[in-house]
Amino acid sequence: MTTEVKNKLNVEVNGIEIGCGTESRVLDAIRAAGFDVPTLCYDERIGPQGTCRMCLVDVEVDGQQQQVAACTAFASEDMKVETHSDSITDYRKTILELLLSETSSPANCPKCLSFKKCELHTAAEEYGAKWDAFPSLVVREKAEDDNPFIQRDYDYCISCFRCTNVCNDWEQAGAITVEGRGQDNSIASFFNNKLLESPCTFCGQCINTCPTGALTDKKIVGKTKAEDLERTKTVCPYCGVGCGIHLLTEDGKLKGTEPDFSAPSRGSLCVKGQFASWEFVKSEERLKYPLIKENGAFKRASWDEALDLITERFTGFRDESGPDSLVCWSSARSVTEANYLMQKFARIGIGTNNIDNCSRT
Amino acid sequence: MAVMVGKGAMTNSIEELAGTDLLLVAGSNTTEAHPVISLRMKRAVRNGAKLIVIDPRKTELTKWATRHLQIKIGTDIPLFNALAHVMIKEDLFDRDYVENRTEGFEELAKHVELYTPELAAEICGIPAEDIIATAREYAAASGKAAICYTLGITEHSCGSHNVQSVANLGMLGGNFGKPNAGVNPLRGQNNVQGASDSGALPTDLPGYQKVERPGIREKFEKAWNSELPKRRGITKITAMDQMLRGRVKGVYIMGENTVVSDPNTNHAQAALEAADFIVVQDIFMTDTAKLADVVLPAASFAESDGTFANSERRVQRVRPAIKPVGESRTDVDILLDLMNRFGIDQNLHSASDVWDEMRGLSPLFGGISYERLDNEGGIQWPCPTEDHPGTQYLHKDQMDSGLPGYFAPVDHIPPAEPTDSEYPLVLTTGRRRSTYHTGTQTGRASGFDLLVPSELAEINPYDAEQMELKDGQTVTVSSRRGSVEVPIKVTDRSPHGTIFMSFAFPELTQTNRLTSDAYDFITETPEFKACAVRIDKIETTTNVAD
Repeated sequence: MTTEVKNKLNVEVNGIEIGCGTESRVLDAIRAAGFDVPTLCYDERIGPQGTCRMCLVDVEVDGQQQQVAACTAFASEDMKVETHSDSITDYRKTILELLLSETSSPANCPKCLSFKKCELHTAAEEYGAKWDAFPSLVVREKAEDDNPFIQRDYDYCISCFRCTNVCNDWEQAGAITVEGRGQDNSIASFFNNKLLESPCTFCGQCINTCPTGALTDKKIVGKTKAEDLERTKTVCPYCGVGCGIHLLTEDGKLKGTEPDFSAPSRGSLCVKGQFASWEFVKSEERLKYPLIKENGAFKRASWDEALDLITERFTGFRDESGPDSLVCWSSARSVTEANYLMQKFARIGIGTNNIDNCSRT
Repeated sequence: MAVMVGKGAMTNSIEELAGTDLLLVAGSNTTEAHPVISLRMKRAVRNGAKLIVIDPRKTELTKWATRHLQIKIGTDIPLFNALAHVMIKEDLFDRDYVENRTEGFEELAKHVELYTPELAAEICGIPAEDIIATAREYAAASGKAAICYTLGITEHSCGSHNVQSVANLGMLGGNFGKPNAGVNPLRGQNNVQGASDSGALPTDLPGYQKVERPGIREKFEKAWNSELPKRRGITKITAMDQMLRGRVKGVYIMGENTVVSDPNTNHAQAALEAADFIVVQDIFMTDTAKLADVVLPAASFAESDGTFANSERRVQRVRPAIKPVGESRTDVDILLDLMNRFGIDQNLHSASDVWDEMRGLSPLFGGISYERLDNEGGIQWPCPTEDHPGTQYLHKDQMDSGLPGYFAPVDHIPPAEPTDSEYPLVLTTGRRRSTYHTGTQTGRASGFDLLVPSELAEINPYDAEQMELKDGQTVTVSSRRGSVEVPIKVTDRSPHGTIFMSFAFPELTQTNRLTSDAYDFITETPEFKACAVRIDKIETTTNVAD
């Protein structure tokens, strides 16, 4: 990005002084100082909403004390911020208990069970908020939707609207919106159509921004245990954008994909990266051993047999018909290192510059 | 573009697109082919940028566009020449930039004088006023106007000239070497940039160092302790011709479904069948692998260690999450073993060793180490030394070539195969969001059949009505090279006289049986974007015995 960050403001967070840019929000200052507050309605890509009130903090400016939502309020010169005063901590606990009263039991949260502890339940645990502190008020139901990608368990929805915001403001797909008002609101596609009949492109961004178990990857949920899941940071195997992904594994077995929010793609994925980047790896149709064709039919071979045959035939052509009678075609799908070896093999193994890759198609 | 300014790569970064004042998107169905790049374009529009889409099809991106220049297929050069014409005639170009950073302006000015907006309007089939307005807006956004293009520009028999006409405009607007601007080819496959970076090209050693340049070859000969072939090699297209002539006898194909992805399937298949010995290294038994004499099972990306370089020249680490399935092995592992059998003495044991050898020989990536990639995330080349931060945008103070940017006067060349009474329609091919390339990967993901169940030939409602065709009806599409059966989709995304197909369902519809093997004479990129076809109804057999 080209916006220049001018370190101009001096802000004190919990007694620690830090410098931050003139356009910084209080939340930026808090995080820059190494602290954090829960942000249930905040996604940096769509900017602050200020609706969940979880990031409320005490600030002091020019001797005046007030409480502001850290995600929306701008930092100012010599501002003093306190993130965890007793009254604020109590207040956060109460809000969390009110939110929890709108949801089903944390014990069954699909995200916590299958992926990792969701933001809501992480905050609840941190603040000691109890699920049954208030009478239960679960008003939102599971949506009837047979799409194969997105599971919608709205009994875990807390109306943070991150999903509708990411869909409308970031993706600009306009597939989902808020229906109803106040306590009766719910997330719906237009005319309450199923997602497959909506403009939804199944990019999966709603799943990935959702701070609760209300939205999850239907291909994975219920099939994994959060505590056993391992994540490998890598790159999506599809187009040239190169979005960052995490491959999910359990006991050495591939289970799915999640976006990598620390990559330059900032957590963005499309339907291919989100929902098609791992099943093909596990396909029964994968080639599992070398094959040599004999009389028109493939026969299983050992690696030594296969590589020896290639060596024998290629050196034969090279010596009889010259190195330019052979060509090597490298792959825009494989890693750069393999491409490097392929061109080196062509040039010094065979002795030809007849090396090309599939970049023209 | 490499000829004009140094490197044929995205000049700027993906994130920068969001901060542009004007985006000119030519021949790129970005929301479907590069969905995540399109997010930055949509963001720019929301921030107030103008978006001008140049495309024969009414793509999804046109919904966000301030103007859609719906030109006839293969008329990009007259359009870009006319845009240059207006900018020069109305004195709207960046004069300082042109004087200080470029050469050949006088020749270009003289050349495009002929290409009036009125002439271009006639060739392109769009109003002259739209051309004039576009030129003025592009000029007004000077320094903050980005052009993005993809295969709609390059996959023509005049593809490299198309690119040059686009780059001419970029230089006139003073848009090379500035943030939120530039001329940006969006790369198609995940590591198409890395494959070329690595020197898997008939003319280039790693890091785009020319095989035929003295001094370069000596450097590699010393490092590899072996003599190197002096003459440039042949491209895939030439190689296939030479297979048919018996001059190329053996071919080693790594990770590519040539038979399905290349134009004129019948020709590609015949060429491979004519070769004496074929090795295919892949993860699936593709149609190409079926033709092989030896098939080597390769590990997938999820089982491999290494790097991919993306469209914005960013090298990123690929890490194995699981062990290779069955007896399959990584491409790196297989090639190291094979090279060993060829008696190549090299002290390389891992992807990391290979990368270090490559960056040691290529100043372009010299400073990009695995350690840095692990700590800092992806790094954009050029990055010559380990204390270099990488390069967000190219051509900053001078063109990357170290020379002035050369204007290239180019002329209109129509597609190689014009339509006629026998083949009256143009077939243009491309991608859809939920399928990828030849479908070997997306075809194996559950649920995707609900998004696009099969290949569809998209046809304009007017044409469908003229031919009395109904939505969903299966027809035969034929060209001079072959024919396929395919259901049609009636949609105004296709302009009159043009049908659109992808090639992601080869089991049922081998679209490339139709496409032409005309190709660009410089890059040898095939003309996938235009060939002549006709549609025939399939006669339903009625049971007369009833």
